Amino acid sequence: MSALATANTRLLALCDAASARGDALAALRRAGREAFAASGLPETSREEWRYTSLAALAAQEFALANAAAPRVVGAGAELISLRESPSAAPALGDLIDLKLHPLAALATALLDDGILIRVPAGATIAEPIRLAFVSSSSERPGLSTPRVRIEAGRGSRVAIVQEHTSSGARGTHFTNAISEVVVGANAHVELTLVQRENDDTFHASNTAVRLARDARFTSRVVTLGGRLTRNDLAVVLAEEGAECALDGLYLGTGERVVDNHSLVDHAVPHGTSRQLYKGVLAGSSRGVFRGRVIVRPGAQKTNASQSNPNLLLADGAEIDSKPQLEIYADDVKCSHGTAIGRLDENALFYLRSRALDEREARALLTQGFAAQVLNVLPSEALRDALSAEFAQRVSGEVRA
Amino acid sequence: MTTMTATNKPLLEIRGLAARVAEKPILRGIDLTIRPGEVHAIMGPNGSGKSTLAGVLSGRPSFEVTAGSVLYDGNDLLALKPEERAREGVFLAFQYPVEIPGVTNNYFFKAALNALRKHRGQDPLDAMDFLALSREKMKIVGMKPEMMSRAVNEGFSGGEKKRNEVLQMLLLEPRLAILDETDSGLDIDALRVVANGVNHLRSAGRAMLVITHYQRLLEYIVPDFVHVLADGRIAHSGGKELALELEAKGYGWLEKEPPAAAVAAR
Repeated sequence: MSALATANTRLLALCDAASARGDALAALRRAGREAFAASGLPETSREEWRYTSLAALAAQEFALANAAAPRVVGAGAELISLRESPSAAPALGDLIDLKLHPLAALATALLDDGILIRVPAGATIAEPIRLAFVSSSSERPGLSTPRVRIEAGRGSRVAIVQEHTSSGARGTHFTNAISEVVVGANAHVELTLVQRENDDTFHASNTAVRLARDARFTSRVVTLGGRLTRNDLAVVLAEEGAECALDGLYLGTGERVVDNHSLVDHAVPHGTSRQLYKGVLAGSSRGVFRGRVIVRPGAQKTNASQSNPNLLLADGAEIDSKPQLEIYADDVKCSHGTAIGRLDENALFYLRSRALDEREARALLTQGFAAQVLNVLPSEALRDALSAEFAQRVSGEVRA
Repeated sequence: MTTMTATNKPLLEIRGLAARVAEKPILRGIDLTIRPGEVHAIMGPNGSGKSTLAGVLSGRPSFEVTAGSVLYDGNDLLALKPEERAREGVFLAFQYPVEIPGVTNNYFFKAALNALRKHRGQDPLDAMDFLALSREKMKIVGMKPEMMSRAVNEGFSGGEKKRNEVLQMLLLEPRLAILDETDSGLDIDALRVVANGVNHLRSAGRAMLVITHYQRLLEYIVPDFVHVLADGRIAHSGGKELALELEAKGYGWLEKEPPAAAVAAR
């Protein structure tokens, strides 16, 4: 048996143990198990997984570690436990096709509980709601399946920060998260996903978003930690006038792998989407960005842009960047661009001529590169904390 | 000022300096002595090597010195890295100031000043002290306080960039200030402001090397000496009158006859 097949057998045994519970989420778990049994862990022969091998993840023997509920800080919205609210369950999972997303299928099969955030129509939640997930492991590597569903009512406004950290500096864990976001007409949701787990962590996130008429969605995906991170983000502009802005920042150090897959689906006319994913890759780390934009037949007057600049700090670092525009309408404005570069020598000299040593100058330019994403985070405390962590992680990577 | 400083120990002694850029020889034997308190202007046509001289003195990595020496305060300047030169008091006002996206003026200037202070054995300035100091210096060059929270030079107009260079000079208080065509592209008002900032720094302990294409700047920053650079060498040197003569006649005649105001090149 191949490593992946052995792992699949082990993971299915975990699924079976999880499905023994007969709560409101049982049907959903069964659907997840069925899909995962059919697909197993994805192999690199699948186009979506071409650049990212799960062999290292498959080598681990995980135990379920879903015990710790997230710490939630925030007020103004309804916060509902998915397990305790059977009425919330039927809609759950309607945004993700589990046949296409093996890891989401696994997370669904293992689903223990989750949190539903309901923002009443017309409500404006003043402060960002913070969800803090802490991954931990005991004797065996832990596997957790954080699940969040956000339902923003018509004309409402909310910012949510979902933050993943580790309980210790070392310790293998697999965080397999799903977030579903339903943005009502004329509502605005800002979702910030922060991954700063330890460097032994495997992290998968699958975020699926549906935008109603004139809805807005702002996403920031910041990946600073983890051994292997895979972020899938899919946004469907389902009704006219919808708009999304997707920002990403990923930092690769050491042997780390960070893979971002985005999909923006312009299903109807008059949609606007903008993407900016910035990568900083040091050591012998690897980054992957695959950004798909689909403009469906008839989705006229679509305005879609995508940009993926990358900064390579070391010869051993690598980025695979693959923009993918599929346009089936003729009256649209679409653009995409990828850039892969090193620090600008002229800028380095400028900083050094002002007494900064070469290391400081490199670190400062790298921070400046990241600032475009970090500076628009929804709270000053978060901006400061992530900028400091980014600076600290980068300072160990730049060489004179 | 010239007579007063004549017995001063030189701050900068350039001897037989030759340098090339991308294999192409640009400087072909520069000799120049600058003493504390003096302001020297370097003029010359495009391609004569003015900016290369500025780059070599400040340590720009793409410039390769092939012969000669530069002593700064009696020590080998060319052996120092750019940041070490800066810490010893060498400052270059860039002809084309560089935009640094994502890094604010405030952060950069404070980091630069504190790097210098550390080298001098002084405590770093905290945010409040630095704010007060930068406000004071910004007034001199007519910059609004909000410019400090903008990214370094990003989206600045040509004039704003040059003011920003002079602001850095005022903050860092160099011993040797090199101004590389700081006047180019400035209207007369901006030129006055920039010159005012430079003059603010003139002192008996500080020397300046003002590189310019136009005599106009020297009406506002009056030099003690004017040198004409041609084909990688100092072709003529003289007093401030030399600049006026150059302005009137252009550079073409230099090769044929020495200007009346010129003395033999040093």
